[in-house]
Amino acid sequence: MTQGPGEKTGDSKSAARPLAIEARGLIKRFDGTLAVDGVDLAIPEGAIYGVLGPNGAGKTTTLRMLLGIIDPDEGERRVLGQSNPQDVARAIGYLPEERGLYPSMKAYDAIAFMGALRGLPLAEGRRRGRELLEENGLGHAADRQIRQLSKGMAQQVQLLGTLVHGPRLVILDEPFSGLDAINQGKLEAVIRRLADEGTTVIFSTHVIAHAERLCDSVAIIAGGKVPYAGSVDAARDRIPAQVRLETRHPDGPWRAALPPDARLEGRFWTFPLPVTGVEPLLRALIEGDAGILSLSIERAGLHDAFVAIAGEAAARALQAGEPQE
Amino acid sequence: MSADRLPLLKAAWVIARRDFMAILLSRAFIFFLLGPLFPLTVGAIAGGIGQRVESTVAAPQIGVAMAGADIDRMLAARAALAQQLGPAIPEMVELKRLAPGETFDAAAVLERREGNLGGVLTGTPSAPVLTATAERQWWAGSIALIAGNADGDAPTVFPEVSTRIVAASGASDTRGRMRTAQVGQIMLFLLTMLLAGMVLSNLVEEKANKIIEILAAAVPMDAVFLGKLFAMLAVSLVGISVWAAVIGGAMGLQGFEHLFGGAISLSALPTPGVGWPLFLLLAIAYFAMGYLLLGSVFLAIGSLATTVREVQTLSMPVTMLQVFLFLFATLAASDRGGWLEWAAITFPFSSPYAMLARAAQDEALWPHLAALAWQLMWVALSIRLGAALFRKRVMKSGPRTRKAGSWLRAKVAEPK
Repeated sequence: MTQGPGEKTGDSKSAARPLAIEARGLIKRFDGTLAVDGVDLAIPEGAIYGVLGPNGAGKTTTLRMLLGIIDPDEGERRVLGQSNPQDVARAIGYLPEERGLYPSMKAYDAIAFMGALRGLPLAEGRRRGRELLEENGLGHAADRQIRQLSKGMAQQVQLLGTLVHGPRLVILDEPFSGLDAINQGKLEAVIRRLADEGTTVIFSTHVIAHAERLCDSVAIIAGGKVPYAGSVDAARDRIPAQVRLETRHPDGPWRAALPPDARLEGRFWTFPLPVTGVEPLLRALIEGDAGILSLSIERAGLHDAFVAIAGEAAARALQAGEPQE
Repeated sequence: MSADRLPLLKAAWVIARRDFMAILLSRAFIFFLLGPLFPLTVGAIAGGIGQRVESTVAAPQIGVAMAGADIDRMLAARAALAQQLGPAIPEMVELKRLAPGETFDAAAVLERREGNLGGVLTGTPSAPVLTATAERQWWAGSIALIAGNADGDAPTVFPEVSTRIVAASGASDTRGRMRTAQVGQIMLFLLTMLLAGMVLSNLVEEKANKIIEILAAAVPMDAVFLGKLFAMLAVSLVGISVWAAVIGGAMGLQGFEHLFGGAISLSALPTPGVGWPLFLLLAIAYFAMGYLLLGSVFLAIGSLATTVREVQTLSMPVTMLQVFLFLFATLAASDRGGWLEWAAITFPFSSPYAMLARAAQDEALWPHLAALAWQLMWVALSIRLGAALFRKRVMKSGPRTRKAGSWLRAKVAEPK
């Protein structure tokens, strides 16, 4: 089960699984400025876990602490059972937000080098590098230098380098940024396949749709804090379902059945489903002669949940891809 | 250590292997191979300083071994002449006051090569005998002048100075070894600076390529530092081997020693104190230490900088400091056993230069073992500090630090 401080989620499937990552009260300051403020995470093995937040919210710093690139000023972390993540470096694959490869290296050699950093023998890495490139439709680029590849191809090469040593835990920092729609789809498929094989995948993103499509659970980060960590379903359940209503008559006694916060968007009235349920609402609308043309009840999306949890400002920053104020 | 972590040295090897091959196949290595041309040019320019040091420090002396009264008259006459003629009159020191009938083996004294004796004067003021190397035979004229003045206040006749030639003296060795020391120091300095600059460029390139975070996530930062430093060291050793082969081959060609005005006439360099084989070994060891020390400082600087301009700004003071330390060590070479030499030996960044000069001038071996251990300790320390600084400063994200000015304004604006 993935849960943040004080959260209760009903994800019983993951409850029995051991934790790939456990973090408690992680705090990081840079020159006195608080970048991460008491982050708690519990990520079960085999999960696809999203770290969701606007730029500058503390996502990268949190991931770097989990990887052992930087140490937290306060708090504890356990990664694959070890308090020092570098002790399990060979079991981790990491794709940083800012992509980087040696421009003069050949594609297959770049993959092998990244594998060698994680303990894979160079010859084995070169063999696997060629195989992975073939499997992913990049066989023709195996002997080309990185500087000769397109940006998208180079990103794919780096992703393959992240996976070449068969890691148990894969951490991807903003993996979808800079990819076109086709390559984003390919990456989503790769992430799903990894999870099917039992690999834990954690990725940060400021695009909610990716998290919503892929993740079992998410952590929402805003201003260095994690106001929510739990399953995507539980996050969506935090806000009531939305009623979408279209009527023949624009006005009439039926209007009394609508809650005060109902808003008219074009021809549709939108408002949260009353706690009393849909039946009393329907009855009131019929008796009030609304002339119902359509009525649907829509479950809240992750975006609505994000707005409710992190606030409007964070949501706006998230959508704009700009740093949070 | 867990089996799931790449051991430090193995991780360093992965980094070093990549860097080594990349640099060896790059244009930077061509520039490195052209490096020896710079020492020759700069060496010629720096020769002025070296010559001055050499002449100041190793000014050779004439040891006087005569009857007591004769010594007094000779030294007094020399002092009087020196007031009028200055440094044109050679230095004289009392070597031994001879009893009547006592003989003195001047050649044996010079062969022992003690002190800074360029020659020994025996006999009497009216019949002086100069024992010296061939290059010091011109002293005969000065000695005749001094001896004539020792015999009378206004001499009209000057005695004839008999001369005996010996193969070598303490002074000729000292001066020659000083030259060996200076050549060694210049080579060491230029090589070190060239390499440290290259390792810095390499790191900046990796920061620009955003590769450094991948390395930092996979292996300990100490391993990254070690790998980079030793890759460059290995590249330099390849380069040195190429130079040695080229120079060795060229030396077999007729007329080679006359090239560059004889500046690369190795046979003109006297045998160093510890002998050539050991001197060359120590030169490599001190080069490695000097490079590792400076390289780790440059790497730490590289970790602080985010742009090439910042690197240039930050590395400039270190480069200037290194030039200063090199000159300091050059000067210290002239102060054998003095506080200046000890200071240069003790300070880790000048220690390799100072100790190489000592290897050229002195036969003792134990100081080198002690110095290498001392330098090795500083190398380890500087790598650790550099790596720590890197981890602390480079791998950070999030909001930038407020500038001091804005902090001050915020403080002033705070409600009381």
